[in-house]
Amino acid sequence: MSRPAYTPTEMMIVAAARQLAGERVCFVGVGPPNIACNLAKRTVAPDLELVYEAGVFGSAPARLPLSIGDPTLVTGSTLVTNQFELFAYYLQAGLIDVGFLGASQIDRFGNINTTVIGDYAAPKVRLPGSGGACEIAINAKKVFVIMPQSKRSFVERIDFTTSPGHLTGKRPAGWGAGPSVVVTGLGVYEFDESGEMFLATTHPGVSVEDVSANTSWKMRVADDLAETPPPTDEELRLIRELDPEGAYTR
Amino acid sequence: MAGGSKVTTMREAVAELVRDGDTVAIEGFTHLICFAAGHEIIRQRKQDLTLCRLTPDVIYDQMVAGGVAGKLVFSWLGNPGVGSLHAIRRRVEGAQDQPLALEEYSHFGMVCRYLAGAARLPFFPLRSYAGSDLPKANPRIVPVDSPYGDDAVYAVPPLNPDVAIVHAQRADASGDAQIWGLLGCQKEAAFAADRVIVVVEELVDEATIRRDPNRTVIPGLIVDAVVVEPRACHPSYAQGYYDRDNRFYLEWDAIARDPETLERWLKEWVYGLDSHAEYVEKLGAERWAALAPGEAWSDPVNYGRYG
Repeated sequence: MSRPAYTPTEMMIVAAARQLAGERVCFVGVGPPNIACNLAKRTVAPDLELVYEAGVFGSAPARLPLSIGDPTLVTGSTLVTNQFELFAYYLQAGLIDVGFLGASQIDRFGNINTTVIGDYAAPKVRLPGSGGACEIAINAKKVFVIMPQSKRSFVERIDFTTSPGHLTGKRPAGWGAGPSVVVTGLGVYEFDESGEMFLATTHPGVSVEDVSANTSWKMRVADDLAETPPPTDEELRLIRELDPEGAYTR
Repeated sequence: MAGGSKVTTMREAVAELVRDGDTVAIEGFTHLICFAAGHEIIRQRKQDLTLCRLTPDVIYDQMVAGGVAGKLVFSWLGNPGVGSLHAIRRRVEGAQDQPLALEEYSHFGMVCRYLAGAARLPFFPLRSYAGSDLPKANPRIVPVDSPYGDDAVYAVPPLNPDVAIVHAQRADASGDAQIWGLLGCQKEAAFAADRVIVVVEELVDEATIRRDPNRTVIPGLIVDAVVVEPRACHPSYAQGYYDRDNRFYLEWDAIARDPETLERWLKEWVYGLDSHAEYVEKLGAERWAALAPGEAWSDPVNYGRYG
């Protein structure tokens, strides 16, 4: 049996990393966003300033950090500060171009749940909660979301709004622009002027039907729907160098 | 030396300064989480503690499993980079006998709570929570209007722990503590608390502290006890001293998933040991060697001599 050249998660990470081209200051989230941002810094965005909520600006990690509080984030960074300053002077003051978030559930307007599945008081599944996501969703200039896609994660109505997206279509004045890109294992999604998500590209081998089968609402599709270019050899080499044990990418 | 020596053992510090029913903050964001203090609290079978941390982490999963906690105050409830905290989830999900009370914020909200506590303010304003369900889940998060115009923000209440336990790379005997690497919100938690235990990798002379005052995060003025306990953070880490033991964090997932395995782990690694020194020994030289970082020194700076 021949092995595929790359895993769906690797495609997702590569697609997410490419979205960071031209960006300057990125607030890195835990999990897949972590590897996507580190890949972007080694490919499309070498000048990217990696900011970690742990209190690091201008991080230059020498290894892929498992957690977002790893010692490698500190050694060789531009600046380490306490978490109040990081959230207040950097995020709340508007210095963050892109906030990268994960999600357990998302709706068509990019509102995110990472708190509970089921009722808050007696949850079926207790998820980690906000961390810094709620304030990132509000204050970052824009938000990229990276998450696995299924009918259970792309839902008509999320069980709990942890981090606001485009609410019901419009965000209040004074907030950042909100979610602009969602990357899953199936494709890349963007948002139109009404704040609703649409399918912009499908990953190689994925059909619009596959997307529909894994979305609980009727997903809108771009008129100029394209295919996501597959990972290059160099991108795959870097991912595997960053994550030799496949902790994020299997 | 101001205030004289406060050096004591972990056993005495916990026995004297951590009381049943206390609100306790063992802070440190991934870095400098004092697991040894958590283990001693479990060993002494403290009761009904309210445990505060931005990220409860494996330490509070262990403490909840050890039966010392009645409530968690937090902002991100997971095993960083791995997944879930299973002992805590078992006490939260669905119907159970002993529900764990939760008071939930976001990271910035928790940081602002400590800051308000440290500064003795009645609340702290921040730009978060609008459009989120968190204020519905936690009525202590409330919208407030600016007194100076038509701006609106959210307020969080002060958090003043009865006791804060903070690990530092080094301190002198009166508790003047120096930290480098991730600073988290240990300073805010310590200033907010009524009682402060500082745990250190190394006890140093007051002169060492005074040669580099910019690195001092917590003054002995607010410190009640200094515990010298090298490698007290494992599987968390101390920058420049030992690495985060990611293997342990991954292993914890399997240990904590099964209540019996977890109980055996507590017996073997907490109740069955007298002190953290035994834990360090039991972990073994090979494991510690694998966690030893290489060297990366900063350049010395000249503070200048004036008079």
